[in-house]
Amino acid sequence: MQAATRLSFHKGKCLVNSENVLPHGGPCSRAKFGAPARAAARFLLVVGLWVLPARAQESPYFVTYDHHLEEPGDLEVEYFSNFGTQRGGNDFVAPWIEFEYGATAWWTTEVYIDSQTTFRDSTVFTGFRWENRFRPLQQEHFINPVIYIEYGNITEADKTMKEVEGHDVESDYAVPNAVANRQWNHELELKLILSKDFKGWNVAVNPFVAKNLGNPWEFAYALGVNRPLTLKASPRRCNFCRENFIAGAEMYGGLGDTRLMGLPDTSHYLAPVMAWNLPSGWTLRLSSGFGLNGNSHRILVRWGVSREFSGFGETVGRLFGGRR
Amino acid sequence: MKIDSVLPQPRVKVTLVMASLLFLAVLLAFVHAEDFGVSKIHRLHYAALAKVPVKARARRNPLEGDPDAAAAGRKLFERHCAECHGHDAEGGKRGPSLHVADVQKAAPGALFFVLSNGVVRRGMPDWSKLPEQQRWQIVSFLESLHD
Repeated sequence: MQAATRLSFHKGKCLVNSENVLPHGGPCSRAKFGAPARAAARFLLVVGLWVLPARAQESPYFVTYDHHLEEPGDLEVEYFSNFGTQRGGNDFVAPWIEFEYGATAWWTTEVYIDSQTTFRDSTVFTGFRWENRFRPLQQEHFINPVIYIEYGNITEADKTMKEVEGHDVESDYAVPNAVANRQWNHELELKLILSKDFKGWNVAVNPFVAKNLGNPWEFAYALGVNRPLTLKASPRRCNFCRENFIAGAEMYGGLGDTRLMGLPDTSHYLAPVMAWNLPSGWTLRLSSGFGLNGNSHRILVRWGVSREFSGFGETVGRLFGGRR
Repeated sequence: MKIDSVLPQPRVKVTLVMASLLFLAVLLAFVHAEDFGVSKIHRLHYAALAKVPVKARARRNPLEGDPDAAAAGRKLFERHCAECHGHDAEGGKRGPSLHVADVQKAAPGALFFVLSNGVVRRGMPDWSKLPEQQRWQIVSFLESLHD
């Protein structure tokens, strides 16, 4: 009985039964291109994520969190940027990318990658953060709490200002990147997100504490309120329907630390916010904030674009041979 | 503008890769965890309708008689719900069919309650992020399915 011929591709050569070398092409092309083809197929699957169906009803907040988590199995990819004016230094723009995944209906996990460009200085990578949000109560209540835990490995040069905490003041951000980016911090942050939806309005309060290892605990707050421009959806499909726009405002700032708690040497901001949720799954956000005291940056303008990919978890599962 | 260094330092790279792998592991764990027992989970979804409090069940749809409500509800359903429940609410991998008697015979108030609160432990998120009127529009669409 004739043994089955086995083709393989090893170190650039085509082998038959691990011995004979055939010229490329012919029956060996399957062995030669098998692995790259599979890799290409996987790549195409990843690219295919971009045509996954999408859904979006994102809040316009940049700093404040409400109690609504990511839908389970969905991935939201977000690009944000924070432009700030700087007295005694150079203005800056700090972009960051977020990958937000709904692990379950009660747990959302998120990774941030931060960077910043200080004009007339440099562009630097400033670290990453990993946050998790847990919803302990399974139904809507008068007030809905969410527990937030974040670990960040970021440098002193980070200017995303996702949180303004403790005694953060404008002058802290005037340090040149070459100096500030040498100091890496391990930071732990705990938030209690309290949020309520009422007659179309969302009201959210986020008191939180942050600890840069080796430093005292710092305190901070974020408050937010928002509402869609109209509460009823129109029956027609449209991009510019008022129901697609959500407007609101958020206020945030530091509350000192365990050594000196309160408002002295703290900065505070008030920012109108707006989100445009497109039926295609894209969301655009804009916020034009301003400082409320002399320690604050005069202007912080934030913008962002995000897209939600429904069924991302299942797609990734199939990619790695998961059950269909 | 001078660009000094966009790329992270080696130590940061390692940390970043480890964080990414951890994130991926968590993600995959839940992908697999959510894959099993689909039909059982679907039955538990229907069971949630039976557990709706009496007061919530008694609520009437304020958009009853609104000729646009079902059409607007369909649009919202396609945008927010169809990914799990199927384009025509026939059911999908993650969400049960909404054509079954459990749903079609359910009181509007019960549908509204489940839509607003979700069945969080079973994977259905709450949709209270949508304004109340839009949730009632979705209920109107669900009611129109048996017409």
